[in-house]
Amino acid sequence: MNVRTILATKGTHVVTVRPEQTIREAVRLLVQHNIGALVVVNEAGQPVGIISERDIVRAAARYEDRDICTMRVEEIMTKDLITGTPQDDVHSVAHTMTERRIRHLPIMEGGKLAGIVSIGDVLKAQRDLYQGEVDTLQTQIMADKEE
Amino acid sequence: MSSIGTAERPLRVAVIGSGPAGFYTVEHLFRQDKYVVLVDMFERLPTPFGLVRYGVAPDHQKIKNVTRIYEKLAQRPEFRFFGNVEYGKHVTLEDLKRYYHQIVFATGTQGDRKLGIPGEDLKGFHSAREFVAWYNGHPDYTHLEFDLSKERVAVVGVGNVAVDVARILLKTREELEKTDIADYALEALANSNVREVYMLGRRGPAQAAFTPPEIKELGELADAEVVVRPEEAELDELSKKVLEEHPDKETLRKLEIIRQYVREMPTGTKRRVLYLRFLVSPVEAHANEAGEVDGLKLVKNELYMTEAGTLRPRPTDRYEEIPVQLVFRSIGYKGAPLPGLPFHERWGVIWNKKGRVIDPETDQPLTGLYCAGWIKRGATGVIGTNKPDALETVTCMLEDVEAGRVLDPEASEPEAAERLVRERQPDFVSFEDWKIIDRLEIERGKAVGRPRVKFTSVEEMLEALRREKAKAAVGS
Repeated sequence: MNVRTILATKGTHVVTVRPEQTIREAVRLLVQHNIGALVVVNEAGQPVGIISERDIVRAAARYEDRDICTMRVEEIMTKDLITGTPQDDVHSVAHTMTERRIRHLPIMEGGKLAGIVSIGDVLKAQRDLYQGEVDTLQTQIMADKEE
Repeated sequence: MSSIGTAERPLRVAVIGSGPAGFYTVEHLFRQDKYVVLVDMFERLPTPFGLVRYGVAPDHQKIKNVTRIYEKLAQRPEFRFFGNVEYGKHVTLEDLKRYYHQIVFATGTQGDRKLGIPGEDLKGFHSAREFVAWYNGHPDYTHLEFDLSKERVAVVGVGNVAVDVARILLKTREELEKTDIADYALEALANSNVREVYMLGRRGPAQAAFTPPEIKELGELADAEVVVRPEEAELDELSKKVLEEHPDKETLRKLEIIRQYVREMPTGTKRRVLYLRFLVSPVEAHANEAGEVDGLKLVKNELYMTEAGTLRPRPTDRYEEIPVQLVFRSIGYKGAPLPGLPFHERWGVIWNKKGRVIDPETDQPLTGLYCAGWIKRGATGVIGTNKPDALETVTCMLEDVEAGRVLDPEASEPEAAERLVRERQPDFVSFEDWKIIDRLEIERGKAVGRPRVKFTSVEEMLEALRREKAKAAVGS
């Protein structure tokens, strides 16, 4: 199973923010779309970072003396961005996200942003896969017993 | 006016497609008790169950037992089956919108991924999907011809479909006779000249998509043995590292079985050989003078790790040639567009969010339209994977009923839809009709000691039905 399977039922629309926008605007987008992270893109639409709830909480703690709402996204975003592709294996992505403590992975296809998967999406995909396998095995065992 | 989903005004749902995704959608709709739901299932063929009948290998009969669950659902009075009725031909989206509140597409995948290499269109270069449909007696594929007079065959891919194809090619007449494989395929395969099958994986043994039981089964064939090159069974440094960090049980079991094949030297006492190859990709198929496949050029791959941690193959500058005259590509199924629905060409799925069909321009749901199964998420997972998949779709459907976001059919009474079907396809097949076909096939099988002998053309099925019904009429 690869990442494409997750994106297929999630849509490819990614909520993005520009580096020069304010944290206030970013927070508004997070709440409005009920999501945990925004991909930060430059003028060309290329991802240059990611800003998550955690980044904002951390910034709030670090810049106690400033109004973080008026700060710019690029000041607090995570810059070393890890991205995936639709061909990445879901289980590899699960390992990488767990080990490196990443909750959101932007997905690139043909040089363009093609979607984003969260750790929740990955866990759900794995759960569905295992549930499916268990169900298939159970059905076979039940059928054996009926014979 | 009473609200939708009550006894006076039941929720009317059309499900297009009768494979596992379609039936699990029905199961979830019947499992809830908040709404009264009446379901009509439309199926292009006279026979239900989709890939359980036409995809699952004929020598894996136990897996097919899952149809018992579907049959129980089909017996419910709230369910009707309209077989031999094709979406886009006998009924259109506009038709269905006039009779149903919700329409679910569970049509699966009708195409497959191509390798995109020179020579792929040569005679003798086939899709595994078509071969599977052919030996399973799918009426649309019975006319296909596979030249089994050839001795060497390549199967490109190491997923479970590739394993099925290799196994069926390697089985003896005696082994195949115990199955419900199509009669013509049994004859063709029993008389085949195939001696060597090369199964080609582009990544290493640790990344192969086949499952342990399937790969083990290949070692249990009556007249074929498995050969694996020691150097290809050996893990590369990256795979070793990944496996050390995450000792995945299933992968370890697969590797153990593969190492066992390496240890068991070929005895040469069996007539057929399966060469299980890793880290190779076809780059070109060569042709003989007759324009048939005659040799496949492979490139040796090495693995690299992507940013997200996946081990992917990339070609080296080392090539080899394998002397095959028949090739089956088995690198994945892909959906085909359906009339009236937004389709994501590259991924081969209907544009959707959690099963709600969406307009890709606006990213908004199209009222009353849903999808489930492979046409929703792509061709992945086992039969049971369609259960949580269908649940997700049905959850969205029920939310939408609650919110009043359903279609507004002009004739939602069940009789109206049946009139339409009768008018457009007088030869439609009901579930009771299918049970007659089913019984006849099983009777034909019993006579020759097989699980069933399938009817392999629509005309043959309809003819048998007419005969049986005439007999019953005389009898009464």
